[in-house]
Amino acid sequence: MTADVEPRTLLVHLIREKFSSTGTHIGCDTSSCGACTILIDGKSAKSCTILAVQVNGKEISTVEGLLTAEGLHPIQEGFKENHALHCGFCTPGMMMRAVELLEKNPNPSEDEIRWGISGNLCRCTGYNNIVSAIKYASAKIRGAELPSTEPKFV
Amino acid sequence: MIQKCKTSKEIGGMGHSIKRKEDDRFIQGKGNYVDDIKLDGMLHMDIVRSPYAYAKIKSIDTSKALEIPGVVAVITGKDLEKYDLHWMPTLMSDTQMVLPTDTVMYQSQEVAAVIATDRYIARDAKEAVKVEYEPMKPLMNPHKSMDADAPILRTDKEGKSPLVGSHKDNHIWHWEVGDKEKTEKVFKEAEVTVEETMHIPRIHVASIETCGCVADYKKVNNHLTMHMTTQAPHAVRTVLALVAGHVGLTEEKIRVISPDIGGGFGGKVPIYPGYVIAIAVSFLTGVPIKWVEDRSENLQADSFARDYHIKAEIAATKEGKIQATRFKVLADHGYTDASANPSKFPTGLFSIGTGSYDYDTAYMEADAVYTNKPPGGVAYRCSFRVTEAVHAIETVVDTLALKIGKDPAQLRFENFIKKDQFPWKSPTGWEYDSGDYKAGLEKAMKAIDYDGLREEQVEKRKKGELMGIGISTFTEIVGAGPSKDFDILGIKMFDSAEIRVHPTGKAIARFGTKSQGQGHETTYAQIIAEELGIPAENIQVEEGDTDTAPYGLGTYASRSTPTAGAAAAMAARKLRDKAKKIAAYLLEVSEDDLEWEPGKFSVKGAPEKSKTIQELVFAAYTNHPQGMEAGFEATHYYDPPNLTFPSGAYICVVDIDSDTFEINVRRFVAIDDCGNIINPMIVQGQVHGGLTQGIAPAMYEELLYDDDGNILNGTLMDYLVPTAVESPSWETGHTITPSPHHPIGAKGVGESPTVGAPPAIANAICDALKPYGITHMNIPITPFKIFKTLQEKGLLDTDLKI
Repeated sequence: MTADVEPRTLLVHLIREKFSSTGTHIGCDTSSCGACTILIDGKSAKSCTILAVQVNGKEISTVEGLLTAEGLHPIQEGFKENHALHCGFCTPGMMMRAVELLEKNPNPSEDEIRWGISGNLCRCTGYNNIVSAIKYASAKIRGAELPSTEPKFV
Repeated sequence: MIQKCKTSKEIGGMGHSIKRKEDDRFIQGKGNYVDDIKLDGMLHMDIVRSPYAYAKIKSIDTSKALEIPGVVAVITGKDLEKYDLHWMPTLMSDTQMVLPTDTVMYQSQEVAAVIATDRYIARDAKEAVKVEYEPMKPLMNPHKSMDADAPILRTDKEGKSPLVGSHKDNHIWHWEVGDKEKTEKVFKEAEVTVEETMHIPRIHVASIETCGCVADYKKVNNHLTMHMTTQAPHAVRTVLALVAGHVGLTEEKIRVISPDIGGGFGGKVPIYPGYVIAIAVSFLTGVPIKWVEDRSENLQADSFARDYHIKAEIAATKEGKIQATRFKVLADHGYTDASANPSKFPTGLFSIGTGSYDYDTAYMEADAVYTNKPPGGVAYRCSFRVTEAVHAIETVVDTLALKIGKDPAQLRFENFIKKDQFPWKSPTGWEYDSGDYKAGLEKAMKAIDYDGLREEQVEKRKKGELMGIGISTFTEIVGAGPSKDFDILGIKMFDSAEIRVHPTGKAIARFGTKSQGQGHETTYAQIIAEELGIPAENIQVEEGDTDTAPYGLGTYASRSTPTAGAAAAMAARKLRDKAKKIAAYLLEVSEDDLEWEPGKFSVKGAPEKSKTIQELVFAAYTNHPQGMEAGFEATHYYDPPNLTFPSGAYICVVDIDSDTFEINVRRFVAIDDCGNIINPMIVQGQVHGGLTQGIAPAMYEELLYDDDGNILNGTLMDYLVPTAVESPSWETGHTITPSPHHPIGAKGVGESPTVGAPPAIANAICDALKPYGITHMNIPITPFKIFKTLQEKGLLDTDLKI
């Protein structure tokens, strides 16, 4: 996709307003929340902190690109099956961050997952189920046995 | 273990952890949040805000801004004054400026609005508006609000008859409940008394989506469609009509649409000036106006919660039997009382603070004052001051345990209201509907191995290691509420459901509430599935459009399940009664000869003679008995007979580094009792999220101001919302004590964890610091605060200054 933009246009505004891909959200103005996380040439980045002109000629992936002809991406399935979202606002950014995390570390520990998503804030879920969702996606991608998605109670 | 499911997994009634229906659009980035709305010709609004906490406005020069190409208008208070739109009511019968005409009352207050063709141009124009201020010394300390030399803040009330507040002083209201004299007598004669003074800090919901709207006024038919981030669309429509009726925007001319909301937690209940300005501008220009605030604006100017200064006392026998409690509160509401409490309850439901304990004497009083802080009293996953009340009682109960040398769990067991004492009348006037506090605490203690932890703690203390165990056994009060006592601006707090079942047996159901992530599209469908046997997957749930949904008061204060959820069950029961009549007609038997199992009526003793709900619905449109109304639709407005009283037993274990005082929450077990459970997965999700919003104020979040009224942490860089690293791995479970008066025995759960977690964490930290003689610390408890507290007590062998 191409567009003419002002030099100061932020990438997130290009994506949302010129390309009308509104799945990438804006949650803050200090690069703290990660709701706007996308992939630039496969690396996760906060699109509110990057000028649109900086990504000229690069490959941008957003949440809209996760669904393919084969169906949901394992991370999307993981989020739904594990109740890893409530309001859904942080979800696209959180999933895009997780995609890169699993790319680099296909079988992360809980601690690695928690640190791995620590640049993305979720105000609804308390993170437990996001960790489970990423573990689920990890198993699915590796072809390992899928963990149970039934809630566990003490 | 949850209650036994009466429906099959395919029907998906109550008790099934079915996956959420709303998730498909969210995981594909196809949600529809307010900033995703794009209308033809839409203009963007940005807001000029005050750098001062208290200042006279000497002049506003908009000329430079208006010269910028693409800038359409700059709106000031003087412009709104021409239409008498420069003031608006708060939901607590106080008043608030939309835009000021002469004085600003808090930092980041709205001063002017710029309208432009593009959000970047609007931002340029905002910078170009020149405002000349004459700063004044702000009043920031609520303890000084009533001093003789304090500046009087609300001089605007002079010559008016304000419902609350005055132009004579900074006092907003006084509230009290209980028996003062009897309480004083019990305290005077008590063998043991304890007290703690605490501050429950000002915090912010910081939902990841900020607030915003698209106001779309069409001159041609004098009609406003207001797309906005609101948890209470119907109430907002009524308030808008009250504010703007005099310019022709009467209630039938207003449609409020609340699209997908990116978290609310109470912060999206109030009506902020930005919404009203956007409407005014759209009304004046006939063009759609989008306003979406930045995070910093959101953190600095709206949705403040808590800010209660509390003195809490207990009188008890020397064995630790609680005899009376006495609470005194100073409430800092900032510039205006912008809470959303029921009219009769200016402190919300603070009087639940007598807790889970059996005694008959209490007295509580509160005074609210104005300061130069942004409007306060809004929610943070608890609208009605239950969090403050629970923190107070659970803190002093621990102090009592420490003073008489009794284990805090044992002290609680000896004071609990017993299961067979319900319904139980509290000394502040509530009738607790049900509970089994002993079972909850026993379950939590077993899950965490309480006795083992206490043994470990003894060993650790011998080695000088700091380990603490903290308990909180709270009683919640939700489901507002019975119309005899509960209203918002006079509108009674019922809620509603409308079910329409189509001829083929599939349904649409609409509600007066509005999910912000709670999963209503799934759980309401499950309630109807339970009652009618129509599979939950065939029931589409809609909320948030005032043109289509029945009137209701919205979603906050854990009220959706207790009110609208009950309405869903009642409306479904009306339909089941109708289905029964049709079944009797089709099967040619008396209604008394029919029996119901989820999904069908059959003839008693002849089960082969039956009609499924789908067949009966089809008949309602194709072959209904003569004399009966055709169709299969029902509406119910549910007015609860009482509130519901969920409860919980939470235990937290912390380890504190004895050099750096870094606090590690090792384990946290939460046992909740929210009555019958609709969807265990969703209830657990609510508890997880609420617990993280409990650790947040306990250890991280507090909005800080300097003496000049500057906010010190007004961005997400320095306001510490917990990440996945700070948030522990929560362990949750439940006991089930159904509400006896609720149609499906449910109680509500969203708030409980945020109410119950902070005192469990604070008590654990203070327990770890017991060797230093610490009984109480104000939250948020940080390593720095521990260091400073110990240093001030002369307990640290260091002259390190931080």
